[in-house]
Amino acid sequence: MIAGPSPLPVIDRRTYRQLMTDVVEVSGAVKRFGSVSALDGLDLSVRQGEVHGFLGPNGAGKTTTLRVLLGIVRADAGGIRVFGLDPWWDIPTLHARLAYVPGDVALWPNLTGGEVIDLIGHLEGGHDATRRDRLVEMFDLDPTKRARSYSKGNRQKVALIGALASRAELFLLDEPTSGLDPLMEDTFRRCVRELRDEGRTVLLSSHILSEAEALSDRISIIRGGTVVETGTLDQLRHLTRTAVTADVAAVPPGLDRLPGVHDVEVAGNRVSAQVEPSGLAPLLQSLAAAGLHTLTSHPPSLEELFLRHYGAVDDGVADAEGRERV
Amino acid sequence: MSDTLTGTPAGMPTGLRRRTRAGTLAGTLVGTTRMIGLAGRRDRWLLSAWLIGLAAMAGVSAKATVDLYPDVASREEAARSINASAALVALYGRIYDPGSLGEVSMIKLTAFGSALVGVLMLFIVVRHTRAEEEEGRLELLSGGRLGHGAPLAAALVLADGASLLLGLLTAAALAGAGLPVAGSVAFGLGWTATGVAFASVGAVVAQVTTSARAARGLGLVVLSIAYALRAIGDLAEPGPSWLSWLSPIGWTQQVRAFAGDRWWVLLLPLALSALLVPAAFVLRVRRDLGAGLLADRPGPARGSIDGVRDLAVRLQGRILLGWAVGFAIGGVLLGSIASSITDFLASDSARQFFSKLGGSQSLIDSFIGAELGILGAIAAAYGISAAGRLRTEEVEGHVEPLLATTTTRLRWAASHVTVALLGVVILMVVAGVAMGTATALALHDGAQFGRVLAVALAQIPAAWVMTGLVVTLFGWAPRATPAAWGVFAVFLTLGEFGVLWNAPAWLMDLSPFQHTPRLPVTSGWALPLSALTLVAATLVAAGLAGWRERDVPA
Repeated sequence: MIAGPSPLPVIDRRTYRQLMTDVVEVSGAVKRFGSVSALDGLDLSVRQGEVHGFLGPNGAGKTTTLRVLLGIVRADAGGIRVFGLDPWWDIPTLHARLAYVPGDVALWPNLTGGEVIDLIGHLEGGHDATRRDRLVEMFDLDPTKRARSYSKGNRQKVALIGALASRAELFLLDEPTSGLDPLMEDTFRRCVRELRDEGRTVLLSSHILSEAEALSDRISIIRGGTVVETGTLDQLRHLTRTAVTADVAAVPPGLDRLPGVHDVEVAGNRVSAQVEPSGLAPLLQSLAAAGLHTLTSHPPSLEELFLRHYGAVDDGVADAEGRERV
Repeated sequence: MSDTLTGTPAGMPTGLRRRTRAGTLAGTLVGTTRMIGLAGRRDRWLLSAWLIGLAAMAGVSAKATVDLYPDVASREEAARSINASAALVALYGRIYDPGSLGEVSMIKLTAFGSALVGVLMLFIVVRHTRAEEEEGRLELLSGGRLGHGAPLAAALVLADGASLLLGLLTAAALAGAGLPVAGSVAFGLGWTATGVAFASVGAVVAQVTTSARAARGLGLVVLSIAYALRAIGDLAEPGPSWLSWLSPIGWTQQVRAFAGDRWWVLLLPLALSALLVPAAFVLRVRRDLGAGLLADRPGPARGSIDGVRDLAVRLQGRILLGWAVGFAIGGVLLGSIASSITDFLASDSARQFFSKLGGSQSLIDSFIGAELGILGAIAAAYGISAAGRLRTEEVEGHVEPLLATTTTRLRWAASHVTVALLGVVILMVVAGVAMGTATALALHDGAQFGRVLAVALAQIPAAWVMTGLVVTLFGWAPRATPAAWGVFAVFLTLGEFGVLWNAPAWLMDLSPFQHTPRLPVTSGWALPLSALTLVAATLVAAGLAGWRERDVPA
């Protein structure tokens, strides 16, 4: 913000809407391809300045959602707003403010990587030149090679550099690290953190849970074209169980009858169980009464969260109760 | 989530909403300049070569004709013989001013040449629109400021600009060769107008299908219909009938460059374009990236493809079926035109002319030979395209997983080569049967069936040589595989213009089509046909040998 005694800017209704609304707002989005329903009443909101992890298995509708937000696929129904605008009709305004990395990167075989990066840059309204060169170096890409000789990882780097070097405020990234080696994955994570530190917004579609876990401020989990969970990692963890392992003097009977305590296993003096947040206090009380020697607990990993939604064959929400382990 | 988010932006003041919508056209086209740059960058050499080649072809033909027919009498003689031959009128059209040097020299390039220009522009538009979508490259750019219609607009600007440039180059080449300037400009702009018309056809077909291959096929069907309509229309006495006026290629002829220069006819293709282009944009803006008008239907859950031979049939069978249908229709059309041959004999001068050449059967024979020669060349094009699948399958990475199985290289390559070789046979048999039947019915002469079928089958070995050439290139110089199309184009051009240009005999003899025997059927047919077959077999064997030795992918 500019310091000094400048008069307050007059804010018209449109700007006001944009200030007050999330960067991405989707409500009840529906998209059918023939008889197949790709999006089935999807709700999604991405806030200004956050890294939003968008998780789901193959075919859940991640890519379709991103394409709808990009305005290259048109939803059959639902309210779709990016920066408060309609992505299908407002491409010139919107795309000056966003950048995209597709899930499948195809390049022109007889253009060089550098040429493609700069083409993307021109279409995005100009790259930050120093940033572009730094990214080329960071990702260890030879931009003079013809695209036909690039491996999958190198094609991916071209698309990543093309997007990350832009001055966009919103980044739509569709499984951006597929094909990258672990070293480059690390580079990518550093870039995303940089973007967040600069106050830019990232919607990161992925099925690599550790990646989403490491980068995301908030996470939405999509299944069958619907978002089934959304929130911060901590909020999502609250919905689920903590793994508790304890060594006690003598194992008290009836632990598996305590409310909110599941999967109790006893081996000698060692007890392990999966505990809902509400069951923690009663369990700890009875363990303490039994002479507690050691206690370890860890929150569920994202992977466990994910498996709870997808591990079961049946309906997602019901699984939260009757869960099945893999 | 707020309720204002359902459907239209209800919360937005109407003034703002209107402004957003009013920006729609400009918004659809945003990024067009960059896309023109991209298309131009990709096509600069190929397109330049095409434009210069086509203009040079016109210029060289004009120069050769100027030397060949120095006086009016010799031109009138040539014009009469062309107008008297149904085969030539169906192929090339009529000469409307027998004394016109320009018309006599450009007769082969008016309908035929503008069809070539049409194919070129159609392919350019599909290449930069549907093909880019199908390959997924447009998606990479769609994060940028790229309107829905920008790639289409860029493709049209490129194709229309190339058409205009081609027209001007051609006009300059013709005038430079000594033809009247006004007629040269009319002829050049005739090509421009056809190019513009078929570029717009390309714009529409690219919206309809999801694959570029199918879009090109659909466009070629439209072009073939246009060509056939004018062929039938031009044959009517005294020609042309209203059918010719339904065809963009017919319009180019009716400009009558060098024979009155009817400039207003040039407006017809432009008007067609003014109808088709907005339609294409409306179709584009209403559909998703990558989608066609028809959604893909689900297929079988379990596969019944049993080995690579089955796979090749599955990949190419439907395409071959489409070609066969086209050949059947083409054969019937060409055969039924044969009845108008006898109409030609009604005029005294024509009867005299042909009795000198051996009577009415020779007229019919020359017609059968010319029409089937064209179909034979098209069948050769099929063979090149079907065998070219070897290379596209390799480039797209489909071969490696197959070769990782027990499939041998030879077996895999043989599967596509077989489809190509047998495909050529199937097409010519279909064409021969269809045209033979139609000719026999049209002339009330059952004996014509056998003659037509024999000529149709005689086209096969030459087409096989082209297939063999593709396999050889694939085996030894894989990246040069598409060069087979260039060789094919050179052979066709030599066959069409070699005599006129005084090309050396050895050069013309390189073309396999030069050795296909003509009617009547004699024992002399055996030697050239078996020689051509042997050459084809050698080329295939050599190619397969190279393929077994080389790296994959190369």
